[in-house]
Amino acid sequence: MNRSTLLAWQVGVAVALLAIWHVGSSVPIFGFYFMPKFFFSTPADVLGRVWKMFVTGVVWRHLWITLTETALAFVIGSVAGAGIGFWFARKPKLAAIFDPFLKAANSLPRVVLAPIFMLWFGLGVWSKVALGVTLVFFIVFFNVYQGLRETSPVVLANARMLGMNDRQLMRHVYWPSTLTWVFSSLHASVGFALVGAVVGEYLGAAAGLGYLIHEAEGVFDVTGVFAGMIVLALFVIAIDWAVTSIENRLLVWRPQPHQQS
Amino acid sequence: MPQTNATPDPAVSLERVTVAFGAGAARYVAVADADLAVGTSEFVAIVGPTGCGKSTLLNVVAGLLKPAGGSARVQGAEVSGVMAPCGYLFQQDALMPWKTARDNVAVALEPKGVARAEALARAQGWLAKVGLALFGDRYPHQLSGGQRKRVALAQMLIRDPQILLMDEPFGPLDAQTRALMGDLLLDLWSADRKAVLFVTHDLEEAIALADRVVVMSAGPAARIVAEHAIDLPRPREINEIRLDPKFHTIQRAIWNDLREEVLKTYQAQAGGAA
Repeated sequence: MNRSTLLAWQVGVAVALLAIWHVGSSVPIFGFYFMPKFFFSTPADVLGRVWKMFVTGVVWRHLWITLTETALAFVIGSVAGAGIGFWFARKPKLAAIFDPFLKAANSLPRVVLAPIFMLWFGLGVWSKVALGVTLVFFIVFFNVYQGLRETSPVVLANARMLGMNDRQLMRHVYWPSTLTWVFSSLHASVGFALVGAVVGEYLGAAAGLGYLIHEAEGVFDVTGVFAGMIVLALFVIAIDWAVTSIENRLLVWRPQPHQQS
Repeated sequence: MPQTNATPDPAVSLERVTVAFGAGAARYVAVADADLAVGTSEFVAIVGPTGCGKSTLLNVVAGLLKPAGGSARVQGAEVSGVMAPCGYLFQQDALMPWKTARDNVAVALEPKGVARAEALARAQGWLAKVGLALFGDRYPHQLSGGQRKRVALAQMLIRDPQILLMDEPFGPLDAQTRALMGDLLLDLWSADRKAVLFVTHDLEEAIALADRVVVMSAGPAARIVAEHAIDLPRPREINEIRLDPKFHTIQRAIWNDLREEVLKTYQAQAGGAA
């Protein structure tokens, strides 16, 4: 299938879905709306609302808040996860002592921590950041920890044979291989940072996309909920695109698993 | 041409070296009482059946493995940890995958305190010597297996080590590439004739390259069972020297020693499987 046929099909599917939604919510069939407006809104209304949100500029502040929370959660969680993962990988005894605690902490569904974080950090940005950090930390931690323990012993032995001291081994072998594992968990950890931010906002906040959706839900404004979801989806796609382009730049040395056309 | 000068300290000398893994009932003796000396500009190849401990012996010389008994010396000094005069070429890919070919070669000079600009310039020179002048910006995964070996060779040689340790370095390559790499190695080696200890399971490769071929017995407790001087003329070209009638005489003589050990290994494995 060539590019334009593929695109045609994708546009076709989008149009079909919108058409079903439109017909179901606006055209009575045998006097019956099978997707009532109250529960499903209409595509025109939702798109109109999204448009309005951007034109009036209400959405920017919320986007900015969510973006800030996501970025902070990602950076803090990654640095902590990579640091501790690195440390534990070099000190197996320490890792053995803390192993059950880490497993227990990781097995906990993080959402239950949200109320505690709100108590501790208030309704502002930091309670969402804390929630995001607990999600991001473990992904990066396990990735780096596992990855470093699997650092090729041959590459390491070779670097030793080249006469490298500990500092040089760190710089040329351990550090790049840690970064590799941080980057390879980039998509997952950015995604989870966002989940932490949005879920946190949803549970209690004064701004952000999660707050926007929650507010609309509170007054049965289905159009507002769908509009919020669409903005959120666009936001995630934009972030994902940014992550992919960063990843491509940083991991040029890595073999491509599949050839891109 | 075996080295016969009178220096008291050979490049490498092993005396009754024993290597064992584990302890108690699980103790496995890989190599027992191995004696070997390599002259300062001698090319010695070690052949033996698969798994006999050839690489183990090499790792003892490199300082990557501590012997359980006996003494290993490099240029007269007891081996303790990684020894500065040794360069090591691994069988597997050992390049840093996150560095380009040029950076991989240049980084070998960092422990010697060479400034980065100079290191890069010298690395480019070495890439040219191994025929990869135009490939400096490639990452290892963008190179073929043979090209990666060339980079690894440059990385080892740029440090100017006095003793080259090679662990079946061309093992993973196809036959033609192996012959080309062998020629390249001989070419580079003949420039300054460092001591070489070259482990291989390929008898033809050993004869074509070395001054002396050492045969190891089947493991466990492998020992050195025979030594053969290879008095073929140099410079050699691998695909040519193979056709030399003298080559075949030597090959037959060594194979007589080796065959028995290979059969022993084979029977031990067949017995273990039954």
